[in-house]
Amino acid sequence: MDKWTFGITMLVAGMGGTIATLALFSIIMSLLKKIFPYKQEEE
Amino acid sequence: MLDAIINGLSGLIAGTLNLHWSNPIMMLIGGILLYLGIKKDFEPLLLVPIGFGCIIVNIPLADLMEKDGFLRVIYDMGIMTELFPLLIFVGIGAMTDFRPVLENPYTFLLGAAGQFGIFLTLLLALAIGFPYKDAVTIGIIGACDGPTVIYVASQYAPHLLGACSVAAYSYMSLVPMLQPPIMKILTTKKERETIMKTHKKTVSKTTALLFPIVITIVGGLIAPKGLPLLATIMLGNLMKESGVVSRLTKAAENEISNIVTLLLGISIGATMSGPVFFKPQTLIILCLGLLAICLDTVCGVLFGKILYYITGGKINPLIGAAGISAFPMSARVVQKEGQKYNKKNYLLMHAMGANAGGQVGSVMAAAVMLSVLKGMGVI
Repeated sequence: MDKWTFGITMLVAGMGGTIATLALFSIIMSLLKKIFPYKQEEE
Repeated sequence: MLDAIINGLSGLIAGTLNLHWSNPIMMLIGGILLYLGIKKDFEPLLLVPIGFGCIIVNIPLADLMEKDGFLRVIYDMGIMTELFPLLIFVGIGAMTDFRPVLENPYTFLLGAAGQFGIFLTLLLALAIGFPYKDAVTIGIIGACDGPTVIYVASQYAPHLLGACSVAAYSYMSLVPMLQPPIMKILTTKKERETIMKTHKKTVSKTTALLFPIVITIVGGLIAPKGLPLLATIMLGNLMKESGVVSRLTKAAENEISNIVTLLLGISIGATMSGPVFFKPQTLIILCLGLLAICLDTVCGVLFGKILYYITGGKINPLIGAAGISAFPMSARVVQKEGQKYNKKNYLLMHAMGANAGGQVGSVMAAAVMLSVLKGMGVI
């Protein structure tokens, strides 16, 4: 594998994977907030 | 008898006679690191032991980094086993409040955008001619996260550990100087003046408690090679959020973090021996590291601008600059810059969200990178 194939793969899979994972985290945490809403009495 | 006395006296000047030309220069660099830590308050907890370690490892014939030398023992025990950065992560997890990112989960995306510098710098390092694993290690400086850099460097490019760690910690401390000009260049006055609404508390205790568990499982399944990084930071956060192991949380925040920081710092300093460290390659790494952190800021702010236009001007693009791992320094920079252009602007909580997202983002970027490398058969 030449260095450009390696570099572009890292950029696409690495950065793409990072964005996709964090987007998934964002969706999961939004769902959890809906399932377990904040209640005032928790204070 | 005279010979014996001369031989005995020669032992006292052997150290000086064996000085390599690079040793005094490295001692000076160690002195500069001490100056930055002590006088300028730049990451003193790390720069002081690193600077001192750098000075003592450049004294010839002390054999500190030879087999059974005391620095070698610490280095092998904590750095080569990856134990120190992981223990530091438990402490970071225990100290970090992730609720701001949970209040606004979209800020996870700003944390992702703030990692672009890693991959762009990796490409640049490859173009310059660094081997694959070295390029990956140099790129990871863009995570702006010392323990992550040490974790990756110790595994895949131990010979770059000193340069990469010093770059990461030095530039992290320079964030208040590096980011504002970039933020100003990339945004218009109108964008910088955007006022963001403050939100009421929306995160329940259950959600905060589930966060570290869910993130560990999901993140670990996606990027198993980086699970040690993710799991340790999340363990620290779980201890903090659970509230039932306050002794362990306090130990992770204080005793464990303090002891490991000391040993970690002196071990990094110990890798800065003149003949090993003083190469043109080190200068290139320091330049690439600086570029990586600037590119993170550029990409974060540009992503912030995209969100500004998508939301019809509801998001101040400056908060994108906080999508890096320098927590909470970067968020404070955003707050300060925001207020500079609009006194009524309170961006801190939004920026803290992006900053906490950047903390998770940097760990995930390293984890994803390692898993992609594993998938490609490079590691």
